[in-house]
Amino acid sequence: MPSGTGKTAHPLDVTKLIYCSRTVPELEKVIEEMRNLMKYYEKELGEQPQFLGVALSSRKNMCINQEVLKDRDGKAVDAQCHKLTASFVRAQHKRDPLIPVCEFYEEFDAHGREVPLPFGIYSLDDLKDYGRERGYCPYFLARHAIMQAHAVVYSYYYLLDPKIAEQVSKELSKKSVVVFDEAHNIDNVCIESMSCKITRRTIDRCSQNLDDLSKHIKKVKDIDTDKMRDEYQRMVQGLRDASIARETDTLLANPEAVPGNIRNAEHFLSFMKRFLEYLKTRLRIQHVVSESPPSFLRDCSQKVCIERKPLRFCAERLHSLMRTLELTDLKDYSALSLVANFATLVSTYTKGFMLIMEPFDDRTPTISNPVLHLSCLDASIAVKPIFNRFQTLVVTSGTLSPLEMYPKILDFHPVTMATFTMTLARPCICPMVVSKGNDQVAITSKFETREDIAVIRNYGNLLVEMASIVPDGIVCFFTSYIYMETIAASWYEQGILDQVQKNKLLFIETQDAAETSLALLNYQKARLEYLRDNYQIRENDFLTFDAMRHAAQCVGRALRGKTDYGIMVFADKVFPCGQAGKIPRWIQEHLTDGLCNLSIDEAVQVAKHFLRKMAQPFSRKDQLGLSLLTLEQLQSEETQKKIESKIQHV
Amino acid sequence: MSKSSEEVLLVIKHVRYKKTEGTLYMMGERMAWMLESKNVFSVSHLYADIKVQKISPDSKDKVQLQVVMHDGGASTFQFANPKGRTAQQEDRESVKELLQQLLPQFRRKVSSELEVKNKLLQEDPELFQLYKDLVVSQVITAEEFWASKAHKFGSSNKNDVKQNIGVSPAFLSEFWTRFFQSHYFHRDRVAITNKDIFSECAKHDEEEIKQEISQKVTNPLVDLTEIKDAAVDEDYRGITEDNRVSTNIMNQSLIRRFNHHSTMVLRTCQSELPAKSSENGMANEVEIAKGSILKESVTENGRIPKRTIGVSEKEPVLKKTHYQSVVELEDLGRERAVPAVSLRLDRMERYLHGPTPASASRYTSTEDAMAALHNITEQISSWRDSLTAVSVSAHHSLGVLGELSPGGALMHGTTQQQLQHMVSKEMQKELKHNYSALCELLRHFWSCFPTTTKFLEDKVVKMRTTLERFQSAKLFPLKEQLSHHHLSVDLIGHMEEMLSGAFNKFDQWQARRMSRKT
Repeated sequence: MPSGTGKTAHPLDVTKLIYCSRTVPELEKVIEEMRNLMKYYEKELGEQPQFLGVALSSRKNMCINQEVLKDRDGKAVDAQCHKLTASFVRAQHKRDPLIPVCEFYEEFDAHGREVPLPFGIYSLDDLKDYGRERGYCPYFLARHAIMQAHAVVYSYYYLLDPKIAEQVSKELSKKSVVVFDEAHNIDNVCIESMSCKITRRTIDRCSQNLDDLSKHIKKVKDIDTDKMRDEYQRMVQGLRDASIARETDTLLANPEAVPGNIRNAEHFLSFMKRFLEYLKTRLRIQHVVSESPPSFLRDCSQKVCIERKPLRFCAERLHSLMRTLELTDLKDYSALSLVANFATLVSTYTKGFMLIMEPFDDRTPTISNPVLHLSCLDASIAVKPIFNRFQTLVVTSGTLSPLEMYPKILDFHPVTMATFTMTLARPCICPMVVSKGNDQVAITSKFETREDIAVIRNYGNLLVEMASIVPDGIVCFFTSYIYMETIAASWYEQGILDQVQKNKLLFIETQDAAETSLALLNYQKARLEYLRDNYQIRENDFLTFDAMRHAAQCVGRALRGKTDYGIMVFADKVFPCGQAGKIPRWIQEHLTDGLCNLSIDEAVQVAKHFLRKMAQPFSRKDQLGLSLLTLEQLQSEETQKKIESKIQHV
Repeated sequence: MSKSSEEVLLVIKHVRYKKTEGTLYMMGERMAWMLESKNVFSVSHLYADIKVQKISPDSKDKVQLQVVMHDGGASTFQFANPKGRTAQQEDRESVKELLQQLLPQFRRKVSSELEVKNKLLQEDPELFQLYKDLVVSQVITAEEFWASKAHKFGSSNKNDVKQNIGVSPAFLSEFWTRFFQSHYFHRDRVAITNKDIFSECAKHDEEEIKQEISQKVTNPLVDLTEIKDAAVDEDYRGITEDNRVSTNIMNQSLIRRFNHHSTMVLRTCQSELPAKSSENGMANEVEIAKGSILKESVTENGRIPKRTIGVSEKEPVLKKTHYQSVVELEDLGRERAVPAVSLRLDRMERYLHGPTPASASRYTSTEDAMAALHNITEQISSWRDSLTAVSVSAHHSLGVLGELSPGGALMHGTTQQQLQHMVSKEMQKELKHNYSALCELLRHFWSCFPTTTKFLEDKVVKMRTTLERFQSAKLFPLKEQLSHHHLSVDLIGHMEEMLSGAFNKFDQWQARRMSRKT
């Protein structure tokens, strides 16, 4: 369903709600929606509802300390914040007032925890204002407030990424209801949060880190032998650090005791050095290699005698060491912590992951630039703890389609699953499938024919024709950036872009410096195989699903509300009307047989007719009783039945 | 009729046109079809005239190809190679391919002027009618017609905005044409040497692009750089998306250029709006947002004291209004009554009769009129006829009677009101068309005076004959037609007057010219 039809407002009435969405603007929108709702309650009830809603975002978006904010980069802000708020820094500050701390955090720590946040709805800016008022740190205020709040709004990563979830969301009530909104790409988010990659640069910086650390250890040892011995003792006792100020520190939990060979700090460093050397040898490759974690571990054990168990504790051990050494600048050691996290991940999960090593960038095959990817294949790994922990999880989006695929790839058994259509006062969406040009040459994005000059020309003609009749903007989506670029170039040569420019301004997406990877192909193959073997999803089914959800995502943006209207052109012969079941029902309903398999001429006629119809005046009266209901209408039995009939339970 | 020097690109036999078999020739500038038995082309289309080609779907029996002209006409050729369907399709393929190559070359030659004219005619039904009356019926030629309308399609092309600095338009137009041509030529070149004068241009463009990029987006909903909640590190990202980058620098610069061009167009359009009002608008927006936010923060979170919002803090306020505008659904809100302008009539008569000259100060108000009416009715009711006392001659009585019966002088108003019913709708339309056509011609005629050039003199003479032709071809038949209806009013009298006026002027002019010559 498109935005503006009330999906987001729908599941908002439970006692504790954890609402996750994808982007910052989406979070802010939810907050504003909630604010409107509370305003309405207040008006109806005559008193302010006892309700607290809080948004949470990264430090970059919440910090009010100008010193920290100097660097706009998210990572730098995090590191700077840590430098001022880590527990040992504050302990040092008590001894030596010259060591800087963050005044906002100090103030919050001293007074902010006891006084609960007054009821109300707090967006990121509201929290910042509140923080400025009282001199509290908004970020930690929000992190504290989410425990008592009735509704928490934040990004998926705060639940899905184990590195962050452990710090932020660990103590949230088990009785909460979790909502994943805009969840059509949830599997990719899960996979992203569990994957990492190691490059030559990581290795270099990591070995630099290790050198620094060993120097540092030596220095500390000279000054204070006890400190290192204490740490060792703690490890021997198998006591995990009961961190008092856990929230300011980072940590990957592991219930077992740290194994003997890495308990001593120097031993640990040499262990890491050995592992790094091993990674270095693995990166000396000539062609793309893909490998499973068990085989990687076996090879590692054979070559450098590193067992699986100590590897699993790398992240935790490193963290403990950093705290003991009172190292403040986490950013400087990010390469080392990446390698440690990699070690922990690769040794913890034997299934559902794969390693891909590629020797070079496919743009520059002559320059060696090896990358080691540890890629998650199984989206359910990241989401499983959430299913286990919270009582209810709602996965929702306007374009979850086909619906049956999601329980399979996320590996859960849905209690209820339903898809809704849209009641419209007028047919304001016009989907159509254009499959051929006026010269009867098929329009297709099939890989074999997509470079064909006739096909490209027909795509161009379609665009030119549409541009000449559509009074507003047109958005064109392509299957990939590179494909778009080559098409744009050949359209330019054929004079098609000139014709488009007669009617429209032309803006073409550009890329920032994203990295290329040969590994993609291998990764896709591996994930398909994995899904086939473990979840009985056929490869073709998944590919169609992936293509269809992309298509649905693209066209789903055409409408901004029920009074809006839009044309959706699927320009591909391969887009089969038989697969109409794979697109969301609210679009599918309007895609009649007569609108499939059109030629460009026919499509233009249909579009002209549609636009003329939509140009007629459309007032609120036309909607009333159909897509807009008064309270009485809504309560009538007839409407209730109608609503019930519109829900399609799967 | 075919030129011997014309180059023949393709000859295909067994092509049917209107069910007769013949041969299709594809030549350098046109395609033509010749009947089997003849040796002249019975069909010939210049490529430049062809708008589009269409071919029949494979499912159809006949293998056909249709060419559609710019003027709406079309010719369909059927391929009937006796060797069978595949051969027919091959024939068609070859023609199609050739046409596909040729048409774009000729398309550019179609003057953009033609397009503009076509558009003008489509948009203006009156003009279209005139065109039909004058050009199609060959009263004047198309060139003459458009020559007089030059201001019309001139104005649609150019803005009426006055230029601030006085440089001669001819020089400017030449300069810009050459500038853009060179610019166009140079923009394809990636590496520009320093010697080139256009390297400055390219640098300038580059700077503009950079500046555009560095500008901060105020709407958080479209700021892609801030959209991600930067929770996941670059190094921890998987490879779920196809984010391969292209390496083709040519393509990249092409895309850059298009974006730059569009941005500049957009910026120019926006800056043309009165700059002041837009600034005010922005300020107002902030002002409003400020007000609402202050109110909200006070009422809702109660404890937050009122603060003043500084300039640097405008950003979150703006941000909030953006989010609110997205969340707010217009159709769910309370219906807003559009504030209508209430009509206040101090003096209703003015509204009913239109303004009356101020000097005519004698003014009858409603009360006066009512009083008068009352007075009259009273008088009439108390009126007693005394016919015996009438002492008028029979002659006068008859006269009065005649004047008071329909058609009489005193009953004038009654007939005129019925004129629109007396004349049929078609006739009215016809009259209107003729009237406007005549006016147009007369405009041409009078615009020639004073005849300062030879051209104008010739035109006057030509126009005179044209007017005569109009009179004989259109006006006389119309008059004839009207005379059948026996109307009391001379409907074309004014047209005739205008014509005779023009003829008189011409005669005078000619007489004077003759006298000057002799």
